[in-house]
Amino acid sequence: MAGIMAAGPSEVPASIATFPGVTERYFTRWYKPDVKGNHCEDHCILQHSNRICVITIADAHPLLQKGKPIKSISYQISANCSRLQNKVSGKSKRGAQFLTELAPLCRILCSDGEEYTIYSCIRGKLIEVNENILDNPSLLQEKPSTEGYIAVVLPKFEESKKVTQGLLTREEYEECLSKRFNSTSLYNTKNENLAEI
Amino acid sequence: MVALAEKDRPVAQMLLNSGTCPRCIFRFCGVGLQTSYRQPHKDLLHELHEFLESNERESKLSCEMANPPCKKMKLENANGIKDQTPNGSHQLTNVHSDGSDTVAIENLNPVVCNICLGILQDLCEMDFVKAVCHKINSSEYQFSSFVFSVSFPPQLSVREHAAWLLVKEEMGKQGLSIGKDDFVQLKEAYKWIIHPLFLEELGVPADGKSLFEVSVVFAHPETDEDCCFLASVCPSCFKPAKNKQSVFTRMAVVKALDMIDEEEFHKNYPSPPSLPKTPCSAVDIQCNNGAIFVAGRYNKYSRTLPQTPWIIDGERKMESSVEELILEHLMAAFKADSFNFSSSGREDVDVRTLGNGRPFAVELVNPRRVQLAAVEMKELQQRINSSSDKVQVRDLQLVSREAIVHMKEGEEEKTKTYSALIWTEKVIQNEDITFLDSMKELKLDQKTPLRVLHRRPLAVRIRVIHSMQSEYIDEHHFRLHLKTQAGTYVKEFVHGDFGRTKPNIGFLLGTTADILELDVESVDVDWPPALDD
Repeated sequence: MAGIMAAGPSEVPASIATFPGVTERYFTRWYKPDVKGNHCEDHCILQHSNRICVITIADAHPLLQKGKPIKSISYQISANCSRLQNKVSGKSKRGAQFLTELAPLCRILCSDGEEYTIYSCIRGKLIEVNENILDNPSLLQEKPSTEGYIAVVLPKFEESKKVTQGLLTREEYEECLSKRFNSTSLYNTKNENLAEI
Repeated sequence: MVALAEKDRPVAQMLLNSGTCPRCIFRFCGVGLQTSYRQPHKDLLHELHEFLESNERESKLSCEMANPPCKKMKLENANGIKDQTPNGSHQLTNVHSDGSDTVAIENLNPVVCNICLGILQDLCEMDFVKAVCHKINSSEYQFSSFVFSVSFPPQLSVREHAAWLLVKEEMGKQGLSIGKDDFVQLKEAYKWIIHPLFLEELGVPADGKSLFEVSVVFAHPETDEDCCFLASVCPSCFKPAKNKQSVFTRMAVVKALDMIDEEEFHKNYPSPPSLPKTPCSAVDIQCNNGAIFVAGRYNKYSRTLPQTPWIIDGERKMESSVEELILEHLMAAFKADSFNFSSSGREDVDVRTLGNGRPFAVELVNPRRVQLAAVEMKELQQRINSSSDKVQVRDLQLVSREAIVHMKEGEEEKTKTYSALIWTEKVIQNEDITFLDSMKELKLDQKTPLRVLHRRPLAVRIRVIHSMQSEYIDEHHFRLHLKTQAGTYVKEFVHGDFGRTKPNIGFLLGTTADILELDVESVDVDWPPALDD
């Protein structure tokens, strides 16, 4: 994104004309559509070349599509488990909560009463959750793939390649989105037909 | 024969009969005069023999006159050792009582001492020293003194102990008591003899503090089993350890010998010790020069050059590195075995280091050369600088080990200045960024950046940007000069690292900001000292 607008004067090196942003420079995007079978609740995982994963919400997620106001975000995922309680120490991140693919990270309540749960999608240690979105939930919608991230997860060293195996690449995800769009139109058409009868 | 006193005769005779060499006899008679040991082995043997022969003549005389039992005892002695010393020194007494000449002594030469296993025979004489010096001289070492270290096989301690018990008993017969300290240690005698020979051959003196060490390891497989009985008598002294080849280390053997009582020892070990067939052999001769340290400052002019080799899973990610470009020449000049490179902080692969450069120091392990004249150092620096335009070095010099700490102290305390090329998403005018120039001592809360979080603990660190100076370029770009506390992650201060460094440039300007280029302009550590050109 940076580069497209960088048609500056001669002092700016020509090489930056196609300079990718921070996320694109260091991270690979992986997608998980319809998480837990919930239609369109897609997650996007940013994996750094050092195996660190940042869990974010994908653009197609209803939270970003319908532009509905967020009422509250809670990392309290059950009566006795809060992701805010997560503490890690040392280089090896001892004491981290261990997450499986379907471990819930947080619940997001919208002002229309609908609630969405965000899941880890990645097996690994929970390193940190984004506390900034608690005070400022709009970050989540304004900058979903940078400052509005949900959590940071560190896969086991030996699983760092394996953890993304069930996820879609960017191309696969786009294909998935276009299929979804087509089937949704088909579904709508059918409905309309039904209504006519 | 000056070295031995009259009271030493019985002990000397007894040891000689059992196959002990003259120098070991001197040691066990407590001869403390270094020069006594330095005559060639053959001469000593000859003199010792003459000394004892005169004694024998006297005793023979006295025997013939009035003391037959004395002679009988002698014969018994001779017979007693006949079995174990087929070519042994008992012949010596016979030969000489026959009044034969030195040819007989030549024949006896192959007898290896039953105490030192040859260490104080051929293995401390000129031929051996010449062989060691040949090894030293063929390996290009530069040195002005040396320290000589030897490692003896552990069974020598067992034999030494056996000899001590024997001598103590013999002295006891004369009503004399003697302690272990009254003998000359094998190692001591060895050094007395061999140091002057090395001085003669190498032309430099022995010095316990020398950084140049010559070490020789002796082994004697034939008698390795000497120690075995100790393991069953004193099992507590011989605990296996991972890094030890054998449980019978010299230390463990000495400890066991301290614990074992005399009776137990005699039950398990022949006295006098058996005669070996072969002498010890030098299984390892090594030279080692103490490490030297070279320091300087380097500039890095490439954005595709890592500081140290970048290898992941055995696969090289980037061609070359600062370390390699410098060390290639240092290693060639000093001919070291290996090195350790360290520096006052480090820059990322895509960051240049300009200005006066970054201090670095290299430990060169076991260098052949240890001294380089100032002019040679200058030539060496020039060689580094002319072989690559990616790295340039200045102030290259030899430093002491202690001086290296100055560099590491500076790493924590001192400031660094940077120049960053910044992109903004929003259109900016000059007046939008000038407020940065007036911000002083700006405190940051910096979470461990995501890019290093896999190998560093998660923490929030407070870092200070001392000052900033902006330089407007165009609607989306400006250059920012920053003076920061050491340890500040500048890239993260610009792009914010997912909001994990606060405040950041994007936040201060109310837009998304990104860093396109970063240069280190100075590392404010005044070490190593600048050299005149």
